[in-house]
Amino acid sequence: MSHTTTNSTTAPTKTLAGSITGFARRPEFGALIGALAVYAFFAVAGGAPFLAPGGSASWLNVASELGIIALLVALVMIAGDLDLSVGSVLAGSSMVLAISSGYYGLPTIVGILLAIGFGVGVGVINGILVTRTNLPSFVVTLATNFAVVGLTLGFTRLLVGSTAVSFQADPWAKFLFGELIDGKFETAIIWWVIIALAVGWVLYQSPWGNWIYAIGGDVVSARAAGIPVEKVRISLFAGSGFAAAFVGVLQTCLYNGSQVAMGQSFVFNSIIAVVIGGVLLTGGYGSPIGVILGTLTFAIVNQGIYYTGWNADWASLILGILLLIAVLANNSFRRMALTGGDTKSKGKK
Amino acid sequence: MSATPILSLKSVSKHFTGYRALDDVSLDIYPGKVLCLLGDNGAGKSTLIKILSGFHAPTSGTVELNGKAVVFNSPKDASEAGIATVHQFGGTFPLMSIGRSFFVGVEPTKGWGIFKRFNKKLANETAVREMQSLGITRVTDGDRLIGGLSGGERQAAAIARAVHFGANVLILDEPTAALGVKEASHVLRIIMQARNKGVAVVLVTHNVSHALTVGDNFAVLIRGKKADDFAKGQRTREEVTDLMAGGEAMAELEAELATLTGAIPIVE
Repeated sequence: MSHTTTNSTTAPTKTLAGSITGFARRPEFGALIGALAVYAFFAVAGGAPFLAPGGSASWLNVASELGIIALLVALVMIAGDLDLSVGSVLAGSSMVLAISSGYYGLPTIVGILLAIGFGVGVGVINGILVTRTNLPSFVVTLATNFAVVGLTLGFTRLLVGSTAVSFQADPWAKFLFGELIDGKFETAIIWWVIIALAVGWVLYQSPWGNWIYAIGGDVVSARAAGIPVEKVRISLFAGSGFAAAFVGVLQTCLYNGSQVAMGQSFVFNSIIAVVIGGVLLTGGYGSPIGVILGTLTFAIVNQGIYYTGWNADWASLILGILLLIAVLANNSFRRMALTGGDTKSKGKK
Repeated sequence: MSATPILSLKSVSKHFTGYRALDDVSLDIYPGKVLCLLGDNGAGKSTLIKILSGFHAPTSGTVELNGKAVVFNSPKDASEAGIATVHQFGGTFPLMSIGRSFFVGVEPTKGWGIFKRFNKKLANETAVREMQSLGITRVTDGDRLIGGLSGGERQAAAIARAVHFGANVLILDEPTAALGVKEASHVLRIIMQARNKGVAVVLVTHNVSHALTVGDNFAVLIRGKKADDFAKGQRTREEVTDLMAGGEAMAELEAELATLTGAIPIVE
């Protein structure tokens, strides 16, 4: 088999079968199958209401908020780290906006900038702690998640004397961040698309993408190759902090206020979406398209259950099983990717 | 030897707490020649290449590059001086594509300003061309993952990368240890191709026949000391094997082994 040296002289012709096996080797293949399968399942089980615009809006809204965070958490995870602090960062930055612009009446733009700054700041602190101490990011970000919950709760009670603060965004901010298009679709969906394009650009087109994969693949070799490992990792934590804060701003503008307890579901939901999307938990592998599909899968299951007439409690069971299947399937797809060249010669049999 | 060495060790020692990993070792490494560093496990081969590649600083003695004393404070210093090290498993990013891992840290870009982007086409074409120039003709697609290559092809990818980025000294740490017979021969051929391009090759191995096949010069390490050095043709295979085993007569050991396995009947 190894004597097929003629391969090098004849240009590889792209056949349909070839491009299908080629696609099957991509990290998002499993996620696509998963997303299509759950959509088909709930289309049948949920019927017309699920397929109606209102049904689509319900899972698209969930997907867009989760997806914004999942995309930037995915970058952290591809570089081999985890970020468990997104939940409290979301709540904290939401509260920063509600308190500064709602309670103290600062201009909306100031509140939004403070909120985003808060999220990026926590991310930078995460990054510095992880790179300086060499502790696992799992522990560091778990600690900051708790710390920020406490910080948010403590300061909110101290300043406002309650755990919920209402806030009315300026019309421009309401239009950009908290509008329901056609009364159903959150503007978060558009932001999700924009952020997906940006993340895709970074990962596939900029040298940073290469560095992120290399750091997740083998951090020692990455450093030996001259990659500024610390700078990249800190930036990625800042990125996931930004995403969490941004979703905090979106929710605050949409729901006209903030509560200290919001956001915690995003901690594990973002990891579930990323892993279903084919990102390797140990880093070095994954794609933004996969993460988008993983997020859609999650949201369809999460919301589709309401259209089936069954008790919504079963959604978590389905998600748990899906997560397990996704990890198993992704392992086999990755093995296929690693035997990359051989599938070609196998296909010729 | 008429040419001047590109890299030399002058009476280099390396002491770790408790033991001397290297003791007063001097070596000359010449461009376009293969220096084989032989020795049993624990003889100090790894310590020596770590000094050459900037991971360790010697406790005493000097490293000279083109006749001038140099101090490598980090692997980066050594690689900037044109010294490339390839480890046993070659490419270290198994889940990256050939083209991407070839250019890790030195990504080629196209376009301007914020539209400056990774030039995947150039990266893939260069990586594949460099590998093919080393005789790996089976690799035609730069999008394939490194992890999908055979052990020998990974070594080839790493060697091709080092040569492409202008390495003058190529240190290969046990490149054939994990490979099958045929794959190992491929790697030996690639080593000769790098040598013929004028690269100084340091081949670390404990496989005597591989060393004798490609080596121009040889140095044998025993417990941190240089036990012998010689040029091609100056020692027989048996002499080298005996030396590597720590000076013990391997022939005697082998005879005893043969008796025990029944290959030679025990004379009562």
